[in-house]
Amino acid sequence: MGYDIAVCIKPVPDPKYYDKIKIHPVKKTIIREGIPTIINPSDKHAIEAALRIKEEFGGKVITITMAPMSSQENIREALAMGADEAYLLSNRMFAGSDTLATSYVLAQGLKKIGKFDFIFTGNESADGATSQVPGQIAEWLNIPHLCNVREFHFTKDKKVEAKIKIEGGYIEYLTTIPVLFSVSREVNKPRYTTIKGVIRARQKPINIFTVRDLELDNKYIGLKGSPTQPGEIYIPSIGRNGEKLKGDPRKIAIQILDRIRSVGVNFGKSK
Amino acid sequence: MELFKFVEEQEMLRKVVREFVEAEIAPKADEWDKKDYCPVELFPKMGEIGITGIFIPEEYGGAGLGHVERTICLEEISRYSAGLGIALMTHYLGMAPILYFGSEEQKKKNLPDLAAGKKICGLATTEPGGGSDFTGQKAIGEIKNGKWIINGRKCFITNSHIADICIWTVVTGKNEKGYSKMTAFIIDKDAPGHKPGRKENKFGLRGSVTGEDVCVNVEVEPNLIIGKEGEGAKIAMNCIQEVGRAGMASIALGILRGCLEESIKFSSQRIIYDKPLNKLQSIQFIIAENRVDYEAAKLLIYHAASLKDAGKTCATEYSIAKLFATEAAVNASKRTIDLMGGYGCINDYPAGRFLRDAVATIPGGGTSHIQKIIIANNTIKGD
Repeated sequence: MGYDIAVCIKPVPDPKYYDKIKIHPVKKTIIREGIPTIINPSDKHAIEAALRIKEEFGGKVITITMAPMSSQENIREALAMGADEAYLLSNRMFAGSDTLATSYVLAQGLKKIGKFDFIFTGNESADGATSQVPGQIAEWLNIPHLCNVREFHFTKDKKVEAKIKIEGGYIEYLTTIPVLFSVSREVNKPRYTTIKGVIRARQKPINIFTVRDLELDNKYIGLKGSPTQPGEIYIPSIGRNGEKLKGDPRKIAIQILDRIRSVGVNFGKSK
Repeated sequence: MELFKFVEEQEMLRKVVREFVEAEIAPKADEWDKKDYCPVELFPKMGEIGITGIFIPEEYGGAGLGHVERTICLEEISRYSAGLGIALMTHYLGMAPILYFGSEEQKKKNLPDLAAGKKICGLATTEPGGGSDFTGQKAIGEIKNGKWIINGRKCFITNSHIADICIWTVVTGKNEKGYSKMTAFIIDKDAPGHKPGRKENKFGLRGSVTGEDVCVNVEVEPNLIIGKEGEGAKIAMNCIQEVGRAGMASIALGILRGCLEESIKFSSQRIIYDKPLNKLQSIQFIIAENRVDYEAAKLLIYHAASLKDAGKTCATEYSIAKLFATEAAVNASKRTIDLMGGYGCINDYPAGRFLRDAVATIPGGGTSHIQKIIIANNTIKGD
């Protein structure tokens, strides 16, 4: 039988280099050049979920990424884990995309590639952490979607029962296929990439799509297609300023409470 | 043209191994050292990743890669646990005679399970009377009723108590010049009369098992001879030179990287005179020396490994790499302890373990003095 499965993956800065990340003083964006990238950690859970379905029922797993060309190393790692084929959507015109523009391009890419029974994503990216893209992709594709999926299994009539993690518990859903799941870390433990996987990944294709290869309305892509713009980004000062208060200890205590109240902390009135 | 560069696949392989090491080895290395425990349960897991069979051809269940990739595996593992590093290295060392000199039947029977990490291998040559003096071995094999009867006691054998298969070198007679003829045998751990002896309490490379291996009237079929009768010395020396010695150098490289990374980490976090320790020149000198030692050892080892993969002679290059890397690891460990001051003497920090492990790498695969003799003799001969 088999299922056609797509996994959206994103390269994110390697946490080991977080202390080397700088912010552009004018554009207020993160300067990513020179910072190695890894596959977004929660996307690995998405890849694992896809691979387990393929191993049990057959089918094909592809990965899809919107990123610079330099992300091919990360994409190879997904192929080494066991994905069959990869698609990279890459073009200068995609630069500056917010989550809506990103989800639009990914959705158009998915439409171009084919029809899928499952689309998996990680719940959030380690850099942006908005959790918006999965739901947006599903809306563009007009398919049901569930976020924070921590467990799922097939029913006898080929629907899917899924548990969604909420604070203190879970909610159960029943959904038809096709469906998009963004998965939480509890859904599985991703397998280690193997050396044989690395060797086999050599032979697996990475298909590059640019703007010309996709049916895109330019008003929805890049900076133009991004209704959300970054505000002020700054590195907070962690310097400490001190002030010595002199006088009667009781009067000083009242002064301190008044100072704390003045920045919004409510202790009630001083006696 | 960049002369020394790993290809993309080798970089990916390093990432794969490092991911496994950081999850399964790094958090437990200290505990294994304290308890002197060899994590045999990791061998099948390393087999699944492809580590235990990295240089075994695919037709025998291995990854089909080479000795550069083998060095990457040993470096990454030994960065955190040189003890596990030498257990793995000895596993490779035991497989090498079967792979390079064994019959097709021996390869098909033994290599798949060894490559998968389902069985562990060892090599037993050293005896109380012959370590550096290779031909001083006294273990003896005599043919009776069509079977070989092996008697002997080997010492300082890594994997002594955990190996499923051990390759023994044994005196089986004299050649026409009157010198001992040595033969290599495949000995199964459950062969009647075979058993491990005393387990040694080492101060370094804990996380591996080292001890005696004993054969008392062990019967071995002739088809368990590797190569031909009398070829044992050639087989063992070749494997010790190009797999064992190479492996010890790779383990020392891992220790060197550990020293470099820990010295950077400690000196950037420790604040003294209101600034990080690494602002002091004397500390910078230590970091620089650690870096130089690591980079130099890296070039020597990977160059030698690339020669082996290209099928070229590499015995001298591996001796140079082993001599340099192991001695440098001792020096770097001591420097790192000096950098850390009093903290360097606290077991919560790995620097002390690095020093103990580094010192213990020197006798393995031939002492530094033996390496100098080899290098000098080969250099004089024009190699």
